[in-house]
Amino acid sequence: MLMGDTGKYIGIVIGLTFASLIMTQQPAIFTGFIARSYSFITDLGLPDIWVMDTKVQFIDDVKPLQDTELYRVRGISGVEWAMPLYKGMLKARMTDGTFQTCNVIGLDDTTLIGAPPIMLEGKVADLRRSDSVIVDFDGANEKLAKPPLIAGGKKIPLKVGDNLELNDRRAIVVGIAKVTRTFQSQPVVYTTYSRAISFAPRERKLLSFVLVKAKKGQDLHELAQRIRANTGLAAYTRQEFMDLTFWYLMKNTGIPINFGVSVLLGFLVGAAIAGQTFYNFTLDNIRQFGVLKAMGASNGVLLRMILLQALVAGSIGYGMGVGLTALFGFAMRHSILAFKFPWQLLVFSGAGVSLICMFAALISIIKVMRLEPAIVFKS
Amino acid sequence: MNIAVRCENLTKIYDTGDQKVIALNSVNLEIRLGELMMLVGPSGCGKTTLISVIAGILDQDSGVCELFGENLLTMKSKDKLRFRASQIGFVFQAFNLLPSLNAAENVSVPLIINGENRHVAKRQAIEVLERVGLGDRWKSLPAQLSGGQQQRVAIARALIHNPRLIVCDEPTSALDHASGHNVMNLLKEVAVHKDRALVIVSHDARIFNFADRIAEMDDGHIVKIS
Repeated sequence: MLMGDTGKYIGIVIGLTFASLIMTQQPAIFTGFIARSYSFITDLGLPDIWVMDTKVQFIDDVKPLQDTELYRVRGISGVEWAMPLYKGMLKARMTDGTFQTCNVIGLDDTTLIGAPPIMLEGKVADLRRSDSVIVDFDGANEKLAKPPLIAGGKKIPLKVGDNLELNDRRAIVVGIAKVTRTFQSQPVVYTTYSRAISFAPRERKLLSFVLVKAKKGQDLHELAQRIRANTGLAAYTRQEFMDLTFWYLMKNTGIPINFGVSVLLGFLVGAAIAGQTFYNFTLDNIRQFGVLKAMGASNGVLLRMILLQALVAGSIGYGMGVGLTALFGFAMRHSILAFKFPWQLLVFSGAGVSLICMFAALISIIKVMRLEPAIVFKS
Repeated sequence: MNIAVRCENLTKIYDTGDQKVIALNSVNLEIRLGELMMLVGPSGCGKTTLISVIAGILDQDSGVCELFGENLLTMKSKDKLRFRASQIGFVFQAFNLLPSLNAAENVSVPLIINGENRHVAKRQAIEVLERVGLGDRWKSLPAQLSGGQQQRVAIARALIHNPRLIVCDEPTSALDHASGHNVMNLLKEVAVHKDRALVIVSHDARIFNFADRIAEMDDGHIVKIS
């Protein structure tokens, strides 16, 4: 019945598509942002436990420790190994004289634990060469790229062999790595721990984190508890540290509210468009419903008819919305935009579109249920 | 028993808030099987109310209306729906075909309501459309048919489930003279049957000669049956 009125049908489908699009695209960007906030933890897959100052609230909130803390952690039973990690924001001087803040990561000089997982150029072992650093691909192509040779031209990506100046110290690029973008999209520069602290401004404490690998069969929560008890430091499993970072952002930034408002608006606008168009369609066809009632169709049959039409329109709108979101994500895959589309978002937006369809159908159902079939004889 | 419809002292009053309108005032009427009864009279005389009560889609305030010996007022609503679905066919002034369904699908609706398989219903619908002269137009949507053709489809829809009572509300008033005449010929030819009664509400004097009997109404009363 609904498909007979092309205009209204398209109106309903567009309303649902819009709602579905907003309810997937905005949360996908939000999820992407959130995933970036703890991307450094997920990229550094090897350690089981992260040890840090008790006041640390999230991954970028570094409160340095004394180097001696590393040895205290190494002495705790159940620890297979413990390695130092430096993480700090240092200024890189560009060839044109401008400065760019970089996320400098200092890895254990011997083992290089915490090195980037994917090397696009060069080798991780090249970090053992003097003054060497590895730069992330996005940083090398964007913020650390060299100015164009001609005005208005394209920036020249940083390459292996190029020099950088980190805090007035020379650094030579020996590799380009692929890492997940950080929350602030700043370039990531990997080097050894000892070189990183020589780049960093002089401070009494410079050790950011102690990365711990547990012995085989060791319960991670127990070990973290033991480290906390023995050192007085904070110790989190990887998941706990990711959760800490996630909840910090949720509680202390306006990001969830901003995205939540967008999603809510998408839901409300979609519900308004689809609900009103569906109701108008019912009003336009009220006589036809009356005819069916007069001919003996029960309220149950009419209810199923309306629900089926809402379901078909909802499925098409949902499919188109989700498809558009997937296309958006595909088109933006190489851009700076954060985008992550886990299956949970499909369920979330599916539930949202279902709610809209139920609402749209419900107001029509009430009208049809109350309809007197005698309307069919009124001219 | 050859009585299809028996109305006794039927009364229906519409309460419009400010005033009460007596639509049916102690109406007594019998419609026999095999006859074509026409209800005629000026606008607002109660024809539509009477046909609605007879068809079981409107409850009277008092009096009795029996269809084939069954009192619809005392029936449970589920039974009444089933009774209407199986025993009554409808033809409307504005055809009231479902615009998104083709002719065969429209005709098959009463069978589907009665629980018939969709494919069987469609096959039967095409057969009935052939009987009303539209066998070659079964795929057409209502918008692709003329007014006369749409009314033929509506007649086929009223006939397909072989009801024992067909109620027609002004079946020719939306048609020109020739189309109206053809529709009445068709109704007389295919709808009138010894086991079925036909009630037509009309104020189109051009078709009065098709009736076996005519009940004239005025002001909620039946004033004359001829």
